[in-house]
Amino acid sequence: MQLFFDQFMNGIGAGVVFASVALALVIIYRTTGLLNFAQGEMALFSTFVAWWFTDRGLGVVAALLLTIVVSFVGGAVIERVLIRPVENSKSPLNVVIVTLGMFLAINALAALIFIKPGQEALQMPLLFPDGKTLGMQTATLGRAGILVAECVLLYLLLQKTKLGLMLRAVASNPESSKLVGINPGAMLMVGWAIASSIGAVAGVLAASRGTGSFDTSLMQQVLVYAFAAAALGGFDSPLGAVVGGLVVGVANSLTIQYIHALEGIELVVPFGLILVVLLVRPNGLFGRNVVERV
Amino acid sequence: MTLLELRGVTGGYGPVTVLHGLDLSVDEGEVGVILGANGAGKTTTLRAICGMLGDVGGKVFFDDSEITSRSTQAIARSGIAHVPQGRGTFGDLTVDENLRLGAINRRDGGVDADLARWYEQFPRLGERRSQMAGSMSGGEQQMLAIARALMSRPRLLLLDEPSLGLAPLITREVFDRLGEINKGEGLTMLIVEQNASLALQIANRGWVLETGSIVVQGAAADLAADEDVRKAYLGF
Repeated sequence: MQLFFDQFMNGIGAGVVFASVALALVIIYRTTGLLNFAQGEMALFSTFVAWWFTDRGLGVVAALLLTIVVSFVGGAVIERVLIRPVENSKSPLNVVIVTLGMFLAINALAALIFIKPGQEALQMPLLFPDGKTLGMQTATLGRAGILVAECVLLYLLLQKTKLGLMLRAVASNPESSKLVGINPGAMLMVGWAIASSIGAVAGVLAASRGTGSFDTSLMQQVLVYAFAAAALGGFDSPLGAVVGGLVVGVANSLTIQYIHALEGIELVVPFGLILVVLLVRPNGLFGRNVVERV
Repeated sequence: MTLLELRGVTGGYGPVTVLHGLDLSVDEGEVGVILGANGAGKTTTLRAICGMLGDVGGKVFFDDSEITSRSTQAIARSGIAHVPQGRGTFGDLTVDENLRLGAINRRDGGVDADLARWYEQFPRLGERRSQMAGSMSGGEQQMLAIARALMSRPRLLLLDEPSLGLAPLITREVFDRLGEINKGEGLTMLIVEQNASLALQIANRGWVLETGSIVVQGAAADLAADEDVRKAYLGF
């Protein structure tokens, strides 16, 4: 039983990262209707930035907070400079190609800037101390706490502020947003900025797992799990992203522990689960069936 | 005083020219109505005013300044509220949020008071304030779209076929309301409509469009009374 519980919590610890990246994917999907394939690599770049701050002697928490700010600006710049010019092109595939290009370019750029020749991996200071609190790993609790804080902040921003209302208006009906005087371009920039900041948190959480050693492949598998999580929860639902991320994390962790036949290919269990959910509910667990009366 | 003036406005979609040099003007406090058959260019005229057409030739003046090349959002902020065809409500936001979005650029403190006022004027909206706009009936959504436009305290209200898809009784109610608002507040309106008889009842002047040109214009009462015009263009 203790083993089951430990593995369950282990899965939560990993799921927090999937949930965060999925949340970033959902934010961009809702505001722009676009799947951002570069989300993982943007998070990777942010993680390197955070590492750079710690390398300059900053504490890891301060480095994370600073990185969130830097990533916010970076996300906005990426939207304005790389995404906006192709957004109005005839084919929506053009934007997809741009995000795929960013996937490769950002990864290469991060390696070029931050990794010295001959160096294999970098070391991220751990966010939480080793040890246990209330019978659970302190780190797992702390990571779950960060996810909860992220969700609460995002909820308050989207539901309780004027900016959040404007963001949701553009997601709902860009044409009408212009008619009430909102500049949709500015809102898309903010959407990318927020997603980029959430990605920064995800990246630092991913890097500071276990020993804290990480390299440029840090987010590649995470992105696949995050897409799975978002599909499971529903691409238009932030709540779905969080639940989906945690479910995928736990399912993955329990598979590794209990189903030895699938060793090395434990990926199939969460994906099998998702297949079943999507067969029953094509919009995901929390996705909306759009109903409109005319 | 002239509030809105179009001088030789041309425009269309891509290679297709829809408007062939329109001249029209609406005075402050007036209701103008643009009539015409499907495809005559009525909706395109409103889109040209609001900066929603790519290429607009000629000039559009609002309140003595030229707005021809401004962005849609800048034109909205300058005091023109547009209720587009199909109503353009935010379907997955609540009624309350829709109305607050109408006032999103207002900096005065009167937004809550205005909300209360429109809930009183449109009790159906008040009952449904936390309901998703997309789940309401067509008539309710039309009322919502009009109330949202009014929340911005516009100087000019553009309405694109407010009767579209509504039952005759509801259409009459919508026009009665528009007439009251025009009389009560002196709000200037430019309405595009196929239901000519109802629209002319609340209007001061009208234009009949045919394939992108004005073929008849005049005082609303004269248009409604002119047998030839009615038979040829208005169908009543």
